[in-house]
Amino acid sequence: MASIDVTDLSISFPLYHGDARSLKQYAKQGLTDRFGHDERGRAAVEALRTVSFSLRPGDRLGLVGRNGAGKTTLLRALAGIYEPVKGRVQVRGRLGTLLDTSLGMNPLLTGRENIRLRCLFHGLSAAAGKEVERDVEEFSDLGPFMDLPINAWSSGMSVRLAFGLATAIMPQILIMDEWIMAGDGWFLRRAGERLGGMVDQSEIMVLSSHSPTILDRWCNRLIWMENGMIRMDGTVTDVLSAYLGVSWEKEKAAMEEKGSTD
Amino acid sequence: MNTTPQTQTALARSVTAEEEPSLDLYPGRGLAKLHLAWKDITEGARLYRLSYALGWLDIRLRYRGSMLGPFWLTLTTAITVAAMGTLYGTLFHTNLRVYLPFLSFSLILWAWLNMVVSDGCSVFSNAHGMIHSMRMPLSVHVSRICVRALLTFLHSVPVIAVLFLIFGITPRLTWEIPASLIVFITDTFAIGLLCGVLGARFRDVSPVMASIMQILFFITPILWRPELIYLGRQYMLLDPAYPLIEIVRAPIMNDHIRPSIWLAALFYSAMLWGLAVILFARVRARISYWV
Repeated sequence: MASIDVTDLSISFPLYHGDARSLKQYAKQGLTDRFGHDERGRAAVEALRTVSFSLRPGDRLGLVGRNGAGKTTLLRALAGIYEPVKGRVQVRGRLGTLLDTSLGMNPLLTGRENIRLRCLFHGLSAAAGKEVERDVEEFSDLGPFMDLPINAWSSGMSVRLAFGLATAIMPQILIMDEWIMAGDGWFLRRAGERLGGMVDQSEIMVLSSHSPTILDRWCNRLIWMENGMIRMDGTVTDVLSAYLGVSWEKEKAAMEEKGSTD
Repeated sequence: MNTTPQTQTALARSVTAEEEPSLDLYPGRGLAKLHLAWKDITEGARLYRLSYALGWLDIRLRYRGSMLGPFWLTLTTAITVAAMGTLYGTLFHTNLRVYLPFLSFSLILWAWLNMVVSDGCSVFSNAHGMIHSMRMPLSVHVSRICVRALLTFLHSVPVIAVLFLIFGITPRLTWEIPASLIVFITDTFAIGLLCGVLGARFRDVSPVMASIMQILFFITPILWRPELIYLGRQYMLLDPAYPLIEIVRAPIMNDHIRPSIWLAALFYSAMLWGLAVILFARVRARISYWV
């Protein structure tokens, strides 16, 4: 059974290279609440403060919030990339992550070479690796581009490969940052079908996005992040209505009406 | 869930209960940090196929599209050795029969060491894309540069083999060769780890290390034979690079090697490993914040 438990998670980035002294002044005067001190008195940006929540199989969590609210940091903390400065993160289940814009792929290598590297990372045998390669090739539908270096591709193409790759090695928990949903309609439809199969097997998904429509379609629970803290945690309709400042149900109905008259 | 993080002894376990990996992360203290660092290293070692593929692809990529490919490494070594050998042989009026094989083998050994240090300083910052996109043992990136440096060295070996054939030098085939290579290769990992940790935190480490290596290049017997110094030769052991190079070079060149050199090499290796592991343990969890 996949699960995620986050308890009192705090993450702060010590500032080594900026003008830490003037930032300390800011922190002292309380001009901004995001600059604080770490244990050794260094100036630090507090990216997350005492965040707690739990996810169980079937949960499809969406994260909303303004730029810099801590969404990406939270996703990275869930993926075990940033280890907690305070608090605790417990994750059970195989992780699939689509976080960094480079997608963990080497842009100088061909698509096929990147797939092989990922299979080696997961310790797959040569036969299983071939299986994954076929599956990803089929999903991403890149044809001859598969044997060209990724930096010769369009960004949408590399997203297709990365998405196929992250979902091929059957993750029980899929963590995705907002830009991954920037694909075209064709991609979103195929990605939706592929994920649908995965979520049906009662696994967990965490997605950060600015698009209410995507959050509404893909998620069944939302967390609204503000200044590194949880502002609101609830159903998609409730949180979206509060976040947008208008009733999401009305908004959605209006959009659907507009869509049907077009 | 009921136990507080501080009372827990096993941190960040990746247990494979029912084949289900799990992460349990919270800030650790003291020995727990050391345990996690060691686990990172052993888990990285288990991914040796990945490290090998990454290192080999790095070399292939650098020469992708060139006519000779990685054999440029062999050719450049041959050119350097021929040029430096003739130049220094003439300048120092030494016997080329003895000097040329010595110089060429010393140079490629030094190039190996130097590559680990210079790549090591930027190992984590260069891997920031991989570090920020998925959780992976950090030691994999260090192994990757070790593989890259070892493969570069191996590409230069044919040049040495040809020179040894021409000048009739037969290596001393005893336990010394495998033993010294094992010490040297494991030390390249410790050096890469140490430089990597320092380089990830302090951007000045890279030029500082380059300067240190430049000084070491001249005070270590690379261009000159160690026999040139007899009085006070024990002071040469204060240079950590000398015993490390000498244990590999002496048996292959069939030169005499004093036991004190082996002792010094083992002492420095232990120091290096101790320092690298302790430092890595202290900051392992912070590296992804830095890069």
